[in-house]
Amino acid sequence: MSRVTVPGPRRPREAVLAKLKPVITKRWLSPGAWKLDVYEQLEGYQALRKALGYSPAELIEFMKESGHRGRGGAGFPVGMKWQFVPDDGKEHYLVVNADEGEPGTCKDLPLMMNDPHSVIEGVIIASYAIKASRAFVYIRGEAVHAARRLRHAVEEAKAAGYLGENILGSGFDLDVVIHSGAGAYICGEETALLDSLEGMRGQPRLRPPFPATHGLYQKPTCINNVGTIAAVPHIVLGGAEWWKDLGSENSAGTMIYSLSGRVKHPGQYECSMGTTLAELIELAGGMEDGHELRFFTPGGSSTPLLTAEHADVPLDFDNVAKAGSILGTTAIMIFSDQDCPVLACWRWMKFYQHESCGKCTPCREGCYWMVHVYERILSGEGKMDDLKILRDACRNLLGRAFCGLGDGAASSVTSSIKYFEQDYLDYIEGTKPPRFAAAAIGAH
Amino acid sequence: MSYPEKIHEQAAEIIARYPEGHSRSALLPLLHLVQSHDGYITEAGTAFCAEALGLTKAQVQAVSTFYTMYKREPTGDWLVSVCTNTLCHVKGGQRIYDALSEELGVDHDQTTPDGTVTLEHAECLAACDYAPVVTVNYEYFDDMDEAGALDLVRELREGKRPNPSRGAPLCTLRETSVQLAGFEEERSAGLEGNASGEPTLAGARLAAEAGVTAPAFDPDAPLLAKDKEEAK
Repeated sequence: MSRVTVPGPRRPREAVLAKLKPVITKRWLSPGAWKLDVYEQLEGYQALRKALGYSPAELIEFMKESGHRGRGGAGFPVGMKWQFVPDDGKEHYLVVNADEGEPGTCKDLPLMMNDPHSVIEGVIIASYAIKASRAFVYIRGEAVHAARRLRHAVEEAKAAGYLGENILGSGFDLDVVIHSGAGAYICGEETALLDSLEGMRGQPRLRPPFPATHGLYQKPTCINNVGTIAAVPHIVLGGAEWWKDLGSENSAGTMIYSLSGRVKHPGQYECSMGTTLAELIELAGGMEDGHELRFFTPGGSSTPLLTAEHADVPLDFDNVAKAGSILGTTAIMIFSDQDCPVLACWRWMKFYQHESCGKCTPCREGCYWMVHVYERILSGEGKMDDLKILRDACRNLLGRAFCGLGDGAASSVTSSIKYFEQDYLDYIEGTKPPRFAAAAIGAH
Repeated sequence: MSYPEKIHEQAAEIIARYPEGHSRSALLPLLHLVQSHDGYITEAGTAFCAEALGLTKAQVQAVSTFYTMYKREPTGDWLVSVCTNTLCHVKGGQRIYDALSEELGVDHDQTTPDGTVTLEHAECLAACDYAPVVTVNYEYFDDMDEAGALDLVRELREGKRPNPSRGAPLCTLRETSVQLAGFEEERSAGLEGNASGEPTLAGARLAAEAGVTAPAFDPDAPLLAKDKEEAK
C-alpha cells in the first residue's frame, strides 16, 4: 500500500484556508456567548422572530428546500423528518439527542458549552414547526458542564419570554426539559434514547412503528441531533440558498470536522461539506513529526476505516459512501504508521462489547467473542482461522440487530481486515511481537 | 433510613417536570438525586425511587444497574475517570490509568481505603482533540500525562481542589449528582468555568486570523420562493 505524506506547512495555503466556514462555531471566540445578553448582541433569537412570521408548514417547506441533513450520523433530510410528524392535533414531542458518545466525536459538547442558546433557539423553531409544546434535550450524563450551561440558557430564555407561554406574542407555548443521562452509549440510538427518557433501560425498539408516529409515550415524536438543531437558527437567518452554497452537492452547509490523533493541532475545524482529509490535515498544521498518515475514521469508530489512499476523498455524504464508508459524525481520528490497526480495532471492540445493551444475541455475543479472538491474535496465539471467524461474526452481526450498534461494531473489523490483513497475519504468523502476554488475558 | 425533607421536595420537583401520567421519566434524575445523598445507589435509595414512582424495587434496580454512572458501592468524593478508548489509548491513556491504579492501589470501579478517590477507566469522553483526557467528577483535565495525573490525584488526596482545564471548579461527586438530577448550578463560578481550550477554538481562530468568514447574508431575506412569499 502506498503511503502518502501530507505536507504540513505551519500556515495552510490560501485555497485550503478558504475551506474554513465558521457558522456554527462563529460565536465560540466570544467568551460570554453562553449568556443571553451576549448571544442577543450576536444575532441571538433573531431567527426565532423571523421564523414565527411563517406558518409551521411553511417552515417545514423551507427546511426541505435548504437541503439540511441530520448531523448525528445518518444524514436524514431534516425537513422530511419534521414533515413525518403527523399534523393531527395530538400532543407531539421534540426530543434532541445530545448524547454524544461515539468514539472520536467531540463537537457537540463544545457547541453546548460555548453556544447553548443556539441549541435552545433551534429547539424553539423546530418545536414550532412540528407543533410540539414540550421538548426534551437528552444530554449525555458525563457532559456536566454542557448541561449546566444549557439549563442556565433555558432559565434565561424563560425569563426573557423566548420559552413558556405565548412566546413573543405568537400564541405558541413551549416547555423545555434538559434531561441528563447516566452513562450508556446505546442511548444515543434514538429509540433506546426514548426508552431511557421514559425511565427504562436504554434498549432499542423494533421499528416500525417509527418514532414519528409512535415515539415518546407512544406519541408522535421528532428526534433531532443537537448539532442539527443548533444549525437551524443560522439557516433561517441565512436562507436556503446560502446554506446550500456552503456545502457540496446533496450535502448542504458546513460541518464541524473533529480532528484528533496524529496531527499537530487537533481540534474542531468547521469547513464546507466536502473538504478532504488532506486539506483538513493541512489546516491542522500537518501530521505530527515523524508520523505518516496510515488510516482514519471518517465519522467515528462505527464508520468503516479509510486509508491514506482516501486522503483526497471529499468528505461529504455521497463521496464518503462511494469510498465505502459513512460520513457519520465527521469524527476524524487520524492514525499513523506507528499505530496498529489490529490494536485499534481490539480496543473499539471492547467498547462495543461494553456498550452493547444485550437485547439482540448477534450483537451481545458477537462483540463478546470478537474481543476474545482479538486478544488471542494480539497475544500471539492467533490461528489462521481467526480471520475467518472475525469475518463470519461480522456477517452474522451486520443488519441482524434491532439497532446500528452491532453494524458499527462490525465496521472497523471488516474494513481493517480489508485494508490491513497483513497486520493481522503478522501477529498470527509471529513476525510481529505480541501485544500482551497470553496468560494475562486468558487467551485460549 | 429516611431522607431529609429537601430530598423529598427535590423529588417532587423532578417528577413535576414530566407530563402527567408519565412520572416514570423521572427515574434517571431521581437515581442521580438519591446518589447525591448516599454516594451510591443504596437499598434505601432504590426503595425511595420505587415508592416515589409507584414501581417495584426490582424495576428500579433493573434500570440503575444498566447505567455506569450509578455506582453500586460507596464512592469517594472524587471520581477519577481515565479514557482508555482507542484514540486516548494510542496517546497514552492506558499508561495513565496503569500509573494511577498503582499509585492508588485500586483497580477499575474501586475506591481508595481513605475513601477519597474512586478510579475508573472510561469509554470515550468526547474530548478526543484533547487526548489523552482524565476527568474528575466529569470536569476535564485535558492533554494529560502520567506525571500530571499522579500530581492530580495526590493533590486531591491532600484535600486540594486543582482547577480543571475545562469545566467548573471541582465540587464533590455528591454535589455534582445534584446537578445531574437537573438542578441548576448554584455557584456562579461553576457556570463561568472555562469551556474552551486551543483545540476547541483551532478552526475558528485559524479562520479569524486569516480573515476567512462564511459568506455574508441578508438576515431579513424571505424564507420562501418569491411567489409563495407574495401569496402570504
